[in-house]
Amino acid sequence: MKIGTPKEMFEGERRVAMTPESAAQLQKLGHDCLIETGAGAEAGFSDANYAAAGVEIAKTAVALWKTADVVAKVRAPNETEVKRLRDGQTLISFINPAANDKLLKSAAKKGSTVVAMDMVPRISRAQKMDALSSMANIAGYRAVIEAGNNFGRFFTGQITAAGKVPPAKVLVVGAGVAGLAAVGTSTSLGAITYAFDVRPEVAEQIESMGAEFVFLDFEEEQADGAATGGYAAVSSPEFREAQLAKFRELAPDIDIVITTALIPNRDAPELWTEDMVGAMKPGSVIVDLAAEKGGNCKLTVMDEKIVTENGVTIIGYTDFPSRMAAQASTLYSTNIRHMMTDLTPEKDGVIDHNMEDDVIRGATVTHAKAITFPPPPPKIAAIAAAPKKEAVPEPTAQEKRAAEVAAFKAQTRNQVTLLAVGGAALLAVGLVAPASFMQHFIVFVLAVFIGFQVIWGVAHSLHTPLMAVTNAISSIIILGALMQIGSGSFLVILLAALGVFMTGINIFGGFLVTRRMLAMFQKS
Amino acid sequence: MEYGFTTAAYVVSAVLFILSLGGLSGQESAKRAVWYGITGMALAVAATLIGPGSGLWFLSMIMIAGGGYIGYQLATKVQMTQMPELVAAMHSLVGLAAVFVGFIAHVELGRVLAMDDAAKKGLEGFAALLAKKDGVEIAILRVELFLGIFIGAITFTGSIIAYGKLAGRVDSAATKLPGGHMLNAGAAAVSLITLIWYFNTGGFFPLFLMTLAALFIGYHLIMGIGGADMPVVVSMLNSYSGWAAAAIGFSLGNDLMIVVGALVGSSGAILSYIMCKAMNRSFVSVILGGFGGPAGEQMAVEGEQIAIEAEGVAMALNEADSVVIIPGYGMAVAQAQSGVAELVRKLRAQGKNVRFAIHPVAGRLPGHMNVLLAEAKVPYDIVMEMDEINDDFPETDVAIVIGSNDIVNPAAQDDPNSPIAGMPVLECWKAKQVFVSKRGQGTGYSGIENPLFFKENTRMFYGDAKASLDKLLPMID
Repeated sequence: MKIGTPKEMFEGERRVAMTPESAAQLQKLGHDCLIETGAGAEAGFSDANYAAAGVEIAKTAVALWKTADVVAKVRAPNETEVKRLRDGQTLISFINPAANDKLLKSAAKKGSTVVAMDMVPRISRAQKMDALSSMANIAGYRAVIEAGNNFGRFFTGQITAAGKVPPAKVLVVGAGVAGLAAVGTSTSLGAITYAFDVRPEVAEQIESMGAEFVFLDFEEEQADGAATGGYAAVSSPEFREAQLAKFRELAPDIDIVITTALIPNRDAPELWTEDMVGAMKPGSVIVDLAAEKGGNCKLTVMDEKIVTENGVTIIGYTDFPSRMAAQASTLYSTNIRHMMTDLTPEKDGVIDHNMEDDVIRGATVTHAKAITFPPPPPKIAAIAAAPKKEAVPEPTAQEKRAAEVAAFKAQTRNQVTLLAVGGAALLAVGLVAPASFMQHFIVFVLAVFIGFQVIWGVAHSLHTPLMAVTNAISSIIILGALMQIGSGSFLVILLAALGVFMTGINIFGGFLVTRRMLAMFQKS
Repeated sequence: MEYGFTTAAYVVSAVLFILSLGGLSGQESAKRAVWYGITGMALAVAATLIGPGSGLWFLSMIMIAGGGYIGYQLATKVQMTQMPELVAAMHSLVGLAAVFVGFIAHVELGRVLAMDDAAKKGLEGFAALLAKKDGVEIAILRVELFLGIFIGAITFTGSIIAYGKLAGRVDSAATKLPGGHMLNAGAAAVSLITLIWYFNTGGFFPLFLMTLAALFIGYHLIMGIGGADMPVVVSMLNSYSGWAAAAIGFSLGNDLMIVVGALVGSSGAILSYIMCKAMNRSFVSVILGGFGGPAGEQMAVEGEQIAIEAEGVAMALNEADSVVIIPGYGMAVAQAQSGVAELVRKLRAQGKNVRFAIHPVAGRLPGHMNVLLAEAKVPYDIVMEMDEINDDFPETDVAIVIGSNDIVNPAAQDDPNSPIAGMPVLECWKAKQVFVSKRGQGTGYSGIENPLFFKENTRMFYGDAKASLDKLLPMID
């Protein structure tokens, strides 16, 4: 198959979906590679580089779209590009299918297959093609750099001959991939970094990156992140209030705020209100990574940098990955290459679009003249759901009492039944058995009863001595042998003597061993 | 002949025996209790020798002395790890004695019944007692001695097999002859038929036939029970020996034998019940042998067993604040208890909180581990029962499993299809780190894979428990 990458038409987009490196890898899968002339120039890859990697150079975009079987690009296609799409062609790029209904419809109508890189499910196997994460990583890094660029001080605290410099305080709101990348960058630059997230389970990740988790003292069952594929969910108004109060408290101390809070398919929640901006010191910087969705701060202007009246810089750029085009292109093209690897399982240059595969199914938004968005839930849960702790309701005093009474009644009933049955059985025996037998029988029953009463009290650790001692005293059978030994024939004497002998072993052995054991038990 | 004195002595010894068993409720009172038992026994034997057993008393004394000498030798020489074998072997003696006494009673009964009234008057001792009985009483007597011989014979062969299994002379796996339970049922049916036969005729042959059947039942029943169920088997045989004594007591009309037999019988029964409960198994299923077939596919175990060397274990132990040690039969086999005790002493000297967790069925005898640890001078107040310590595992830094397997198997809780599902287990995997000292990668007695060994916080410390501890000890500082 021929994989082609056109030059991005979107204004200011500098990334490219194929690098010479990824092209070499794609060729190993048996594909041919094609690139529009000048497509990689902005990201630092010249046509010569591509040609050296064995990539064919297409003179125009039209020619490229015509010959390529698979078109890999970064931004969702614009109207011109959609028109160029043809039957049987595969398009791989960011799509944002939830908001691009028109594009899906026309692509489906034409019969082309569209693979949305932003729809790759978040499962372990698909991490290597998770372009959202790799772009978010860059955005988080770049956000800190951009903030530093607009911040008039050092990040790290220094004591110099020319005076003391306090360390910068950075607050990262939202600890997704971008947030964590920002935390990492900021701590490695030496700033005191705080991070906040509505999902309490990420506290550990935040702390592992070297930042301090802003702990919110709020009792609420947070939706488990696992249920939403690892993304945050909408929080309750009460929780939001508590959160804002905490931010208000922090605002005067914070030098740099980086907000990354996004909820899938919704406008960005407002987390950094105007009054917080007002409370910040002049020279502070806010980088709003959610600017594309309206921003976490209402003052943010998309794609622009503004300075408020009190001297706070608010950066609303949405093209952070594009600002690091070389790095972003390398990562993105690798994501694309992994996607192609999954699409060409035989490595023979033939695409097998396996709709049974969780990852491919999830990312494909149109296929075989049909819109296949949204995908069914993946067969494997993205993240193992944390086991819910079942709160056992504390029984009230009344319930306890009722339970006790019930238990007591049940016990009484059991005992009375047992006694009645036992007594009746005893009486029945007494009716038929002769008196001499009954005398012994009563003794027997009483002894069994005493045995049951006594043995329950024996300590677990003394069970072995108990066995030894009962073994010794079960040699009481010696009495029988002793009584018989003097009466009658030689055979009787012999058997009785043997009986006495054996039980003699038992008596001495049993008691001595018990004593030996018991003597060993000692307190510390 | 007047037996008033004897009867009085019997009452006193009965009370002493009861106190002796009751005294086992605590370690300190137990030391006193065993003396009660000894006194009770001495009193009973002396009273019998003076009273009803006075004929040939000299021979009796010699026999007791001879038996006592051997018993003394056994008791002082036996190692604590061999305790289960010893107890099983001694049960067999009681069983055999019961069979003998039963046969004598039969022989005497025949002799006395053949006499005329005049001759009966001249009888002494046991025979005189028999001579006084009327028709119904003799019938009852026959049933009693029949039962005594029956239970005694089962106890005899059963204990010998149990001894063989515990001592490693008989393969400890559950084996059954072809026919399985049918053979047992057949033998039991034969016994029942011979009972009716004997009841009506009083002949020797049915009695003999029944004895053979009972010997076979004892053999086959215990052969069919696996090594892991031995705690139940031993206490069950203990119970049987008591019932045999009680049955013989009935036939001889001796109340003390009845009382003691009933005490022993019920004590063994309760112990068996406690053991079964600790394994979440019904008594019947243990007796009938083997685990029930799994109800469905067992969970596959994922992950791998990760080995660790002594250095790693020592490092973790040196850093830990709280340590729980879970000993099992493997510790007994390797004779590692003194090494374990030494380890505990060293760790405790550093002010660490070290405790033992004992599962009720650890080892091959109820309370087996407690005795071994006591022998190694481990103070009993740091030896905890399962229920006392299970809640403490989450706060435990290091749990060390030494030679136990099924009693720490998380499958009992997690996998409803596991053969041991529902059995209470020690939840050691909740500790921060678990070390398992084990000879190799094999499964436990029940042959069940243990997911504990594959857990992320588990490290396998392979090797003989004693050798492993010897390597470990010098590294603890």
